[in-house]
Amino acid sequence: MSDYTITHLRELEAEAMYVIREVGAQFEKPTLLFSGGKDSIVMYHLARKSFWPQVVPFPCLHIDTGHNFDETLAFRDRLMETTGGRVIVRYVQDTIDAGRVVEETGVNASRNVLQTVTLLDAIEEFKFDAALGGGRRDEEKARAKERFFSHRDDFGQWDPKNQRPELWNIFNGKKHIGEHFRVFPLSNWTEMDVWQYIYLEQIEIPRLYFTHKREVFNRDGVWLARAPFMTLKEDEYYETRDVRCRTIGDISCTGLTLSTANTLEDIILEVAAARSTERGGRYDDKRSEAAMEDRKKEGYF
Amino acid sequence: MSKTEEAVPGYLDMELLRFTTAGSVDDGKSTLIGRLLYDSKAIFEDQMEQLEMASVRRGEEQVNLALLTDGLRAEREQGITIDVAYRYFATPRRKFIIADTPGHVQYTRNMVTGASTANLAIILVDARNGVLEQTIRHAYIASLLGIPHTVICVNKMDLVDYSEEVFEKIREQFSPFKERLHISDVRFIPISALKGDNVVDPSENMDWYTGTTLMELLETIYIRSDVDLVNRRFPVQYVIRPQRQEFHDYRSYAGRVAGGIWKPGEKVAVLPGGQETVLEAIDTMNGQLEMAFPPQSVAFRLADEIDISRGDMIVPADHKPNIGQEIDLMVCWLNEKPMVTGGKYVIRHTTSELRGIIREVVFKVNINTLERDEEDLSVGLNEIAKIRIKTSKPIFYDPYKQNHITGSIIIIDEGTNNTVGAGMII
Repeated sequence: MSDYTITHLRELEAEAMYVIREVGAQFEKPTLLFSGGKDSIVMYHLARKSFWPQVVPFPCLHIDTGHNFDETLAFRDRLMETTGGRVIVRYVQDTIDAGRVVEETGVNASRNVLQTVTLLDAIEEFKFDAALGGGRRDEEKARAKERFFSHRDDFGQWDPKNQRPELWNIFNGKKHIGEHFRVFPLSNWTEMDVWQYIYLEQIEIPRLYFTHKREVFNRDGVWLARAPFMTLKEDEYYETRDVRCRTIGDISCTGLTLSTANTLEDIILEVAAARSTERGGRYDDKRSEAAMEDRKKEGYF
Repeated sequence: MSKTEEAVPGYLDMELLRFTTAGSVDDGKSTLIGRLLYDSKAIFEDQMEQLEMASVRRGEEQVNLALLTDGLRAEREQGITIDVAYRYFATPRRKFIIADTPGHVQYTRNMVTGASTANLAIILVDARNGVLEQTIRHAYIASLLGIPHTVICVNKMDLVDYSEEVFEKIREQFSPFKERLHISDVRFIPISALKGDNVVDPSENMDWYTGTTLMELLETIYIRSDVDLVNRRFPVQYVIRPQRQEFHDYRSYAGRVAGGIWKPGEKVAVLPGGQETVLEAIDTMNGQLEMAFPPQSVAFRLADEIDISRGDMIVPADHKPNIGQEIDLMVCWLNEKPMVTGGKYVIRHTTSELRGIIREVVFKVNINTLERDEEDLSVGLNEIAKIRIKTSKPIFYDPYKQNHITGSIIIIDEGTNNTVGAGMII
């Protein structure tokens, strides 16, 4: 493109970098929420670009549910080592052991809701005043009205009726003691943008996103992976399929896609032809129509 | 051609267009957005399923496209949208961001918020009702916020027998306001959001209309002149100092280009001090750039060591912005707590934060009649006024009309930290 035009991906990149730099400037103790998923990998990449040649001037925070794919953790550690980044890990298991939360039981048990408590505890422990997240407005209806700078009260809660108006690109991160912000630089990105950007910048992502053979079972139309802590319902059974992750989250609720996509190009083709949103494969969102909104109010990512 | 290019033609060099939609509950705004998303295939199967479920629960016979854009449960229960919601869709030519705002007078602040980043405003008019007070209000806000392009969609043409006469009459009704509001680029399209006429596909019911469909217009309208390529402005956002062995003495100034085209080797000045130096390099992690322009995020390296911090501004030595402490601006008030004349507030302007005092309210605008009110000077929620402020230190600004970034401010309440006002410098 010419005539002082930039492509929409470069414009989204510039916007995200602007937001990340605002966080670096406006807050005393920011952190970047890192899950090992592609969105957080893109976020970390943008943070590196924002401050280069300085290393990212704040740590990443990983809330480990204990239900991660091993590959995700290995990838995280290698990424931090090669880029000089820092990551703090806090475990949902510790929160359970301390009696702060009670583990869900039954076949649909998930630690996805529990991680909210671990996250808020970590924010309290390190006195983080801003947490950068990879949330996007296109992911789910309740996120369509989310701000770039999302204010949380001193209980870490989100009040949809009391969000600050956000005009132009002037961000108001002023807060009282004990309050913090969640900041979403990828607000205006779609799933397709994220994949295209990964392709454009040739960003390395875990192999889990590409096709591989795995033991899986089908629950209500969603393919879930075999793992020690997953229990089968009656008439469910394991089978080996060619699958890939469309999102990488807690194994207990991350649906897998039957796919033979082996390269970024393949994935982009697949996403372009996809007939359902990536959250459509997330079991936790199926619980009720307003499931996401409820979790957000409590301080979920 | 690679596989990707084959599959998603031009995706890697698509442009971004941000637009806002204003209209009242009954204008069919949600239906129009639903139609754009649906016809451009931005709705997925699982969203469609949710939509069908929700429509059935409400006892509706057809799938209600409007439900797609109703976000939060509280709003769904009340059946209204009460905040700005952002939607996304793409065609092979462009990617679109919709700032969807409710149109009622009490939601002026939402409209202003949605309009602040838009290239284009869609204003809906019900063909049966013609130009109403609220149409003028929406057009006024689009003009106040300096949205470069306005499209008036005359909706529900199916309910007036697709009559050319009705359409022409509405066009005429609007024309006196075009000059009054200084709207340079306004277009009219007759549509039916419900039936799909002229939204994505050309209407078969209106042979007399020879213009483009709404989608075609959104895909092709020229938007590059929307940013300020004339006034070179670079507000310093963050000072980069790696303090690493290989970048021992490195120092650069990170920011987003607010105006103009920058090239290394040019003479620049740094405000507020006014020290002059040379722009040595434009750095990014992907390498040095030969030039930078809005809205790129880059880092400037300068030839001389000057003490520069966040809130300073790099400008051409021979073309500086206005520098002053007494500023006139148009303000839209965003908070339930009315503006206090003589009150102290926190002001944010580009990357700097300072304090300011509201000196005077010059007049208030009746946004329904567009008349000035110089008697009642109390400025409350959703009201628009011309005010004069004094800042605690000088700011470097351009009129909002010239540059939306150096010409805008937000006003913050010192007690609650809430954003309570949006200002456009005159």
